[in-house]
Amino acid sequence: MHPAYSVILFTTASGAGYGLMFWLSVAYALGLTPNSPFVLFVAMALALLLITIGLISSTLHLGRPERAMGAFSQWRSSWLSREGVAAVATYMPSGLLALLWLIGVESSLTIPLAILSAVGAVITVYCTGMIYASLRTIRQWHLGLVPANYLALAAATGALLLGFLLAVFGYAPAWTATVSLLGLAVAAALKVHYWQTIDADPGQYTAEMATGLGHLGRVKPLDPPHTRPNFVMREMGYEVARKHAEKLRRLVVAFLFAAPGLSMLLLLTVGGWGATLFFLLAIVCASVGILTERWLFFAEARHVSMLFYGSARA
Amino acid sequence: MTSLPENTGKKLGLVIDLDICVGCHACATSCKEWNTGGYSAPLSDHDPYGADPSGAWLNRIHSYEVGEGPGSKTVHFPRSCLHCEEPECVTVCPTGASYKRAEDGIVLVNPDTCIGCKLCSWACPYGAREYDFDDGVMKKCTLCVDRIYNETIPEEDRVPACVRACPTGARAFGDLGDPSSAVSQSVAARGGFNLLEEFGYKPVNKYLPPRTGASDRDPAIVTQPERMPKPDGSAVERLFAWADQALSR
Repeated sequence: MHPAYSVILFTTASGAGYGLMFWLSVAYALGLTPNSPFVLFVAMALALLLITIGLISSTLHLGRPERAMGAFSQWRSSWLSREGVAAVATYMPSGLLALLWLIGVESSLTIPLAILSAVGAVITVYCTGMIYASLRTIRQWHLGLVPANYLALAAATGALLLGFLLAVFGYAPAWTATVSLLGLAVAAALKVHYWQTIDADPGQYTAEMATGLGHLGRVKPLDPPHTRPNFVMREMGYEVARKHAEKLRRLVVAFLFAAPGLSMLLLLTVGGWGATLFFLLAIVCASVGILTERWLFFAEARHVSMLFYGSARA
Repeated sequence: MTSLPENTGKKLGLVIDLDICVGCHACATSCKEWNTGGYSAPLSDHDPYGADPSGAWLNRIHSYEVGEGPGSKTVHFPRSCLHCEEPECVTVCPTGASYKRAEDGIVLVNPDTCIGCKLCSWACPYGAREYDFDDGVMKKCTLCVDRIYNETIPEEDRVPACVRACPTGARAFGDLGDPSSAVSQSVAARGGFNLLEEFGYKPVNKYLPPRTGASDRDPAIVTQPERMPKPDGSAVERLFAWADQALSR
């Protein structure tokens, strides 16, 4: 599948934003955050900024972005529509919470709003994952592991962002590094399991099944229907070479999981000293890692329609 | 509404005879010609006369080699929307632009509400939907919905443009939900099949398989390998060898 940069930016930026929103809200509800409404406001504002950048970016790949409002209507059947509804619904408690923190009003509403924000963040990221996981045409996506991966990566990157922000403001509670480390470990385990799963499955559909001509023998393309690639080939036929994919997977392991994980371990060893630096290092590495991971998620996906264009299996 | 109708009154669709199709692409060009001015207008092209032409077409004709050795065949294979009974291209649509008509089962895109997110094309295993980069919306076979009910054109033209254009009669249009229709009867008689049946979208369009029979047997006239005379070194042969060399200089 063609890796559209707008969609890569959307899923990674809004994923990290929702992860940050989730941990911030949970920590606040548990009373683990610093007693400074301003710091809480900045953290929630950053989460909302990342989410908004992501959502705006996602509309860039639309042919008719001016009609995007229509996408909220089909939540009964469409995961894309559900994601839109969940994203908008999550803006309400989180936006209100950010506002209360900004003006510094003490309110009994903040805890329920934080809980709603955390729940909304989880639901929205789950919907994003399900847009891909619901497509039976792509076996690398049609897996329960896909929304799990999206959730785990959003949690890991969001935890790093929260740790960094708190450190910048001079708060460096050990739990931010511990949560980041745990998030990275879970995300790494899920991603490696995902790669093993897609590598183990050769694909159940063949060109013979696609054309229905298998009883006559092997089906090979003789003359293509068009001389140059069409939309279907450009969109669905994008493939990354196997050996490049393996290199990129190693890069993901190193940058997205190993380097930030090591950074968190070091931070936990040396204590609060240099927390900002350790988190910054982890975030820079994880950014490179997650953009590569998302690019690979598309580039390694094989679409069934390519069976008509010469793929043997999908 | 992107939820699917429980059942459709009719199941209008095409039957494509892979035994007769000669791969002339007349159905594809006729489809393009009609639809670039009809319901799907425009069907934009990019660089049509240049080195990298591309564009939105609703019908594509593949040619495959099937089998190996003397029994192998060339099979020409037109591919377009199959107007499936349970298509997820419809259910994934976030706006309701992609829909299946309850009255006749035709799967359409409403060009006025499509946002061009392309998710429907990802959900189609048949690669039947093509995005129009100029129009910013998805295009697909409409089963010539603007011909088949069109009372302003002669009655014989009220079939999809591809069916009207086919010079060999390899394409037929009709109600596949009615067992007594001509299309249903030809499907029953010839063992018509679904593409990628295992996938489960329940296509309405059917394909008739290439006939197997006389043409598959070994050719009746067996040609003998030509015998080349061995050189014998005679004077005549040397004369010709000399002439050949002299003329080749």
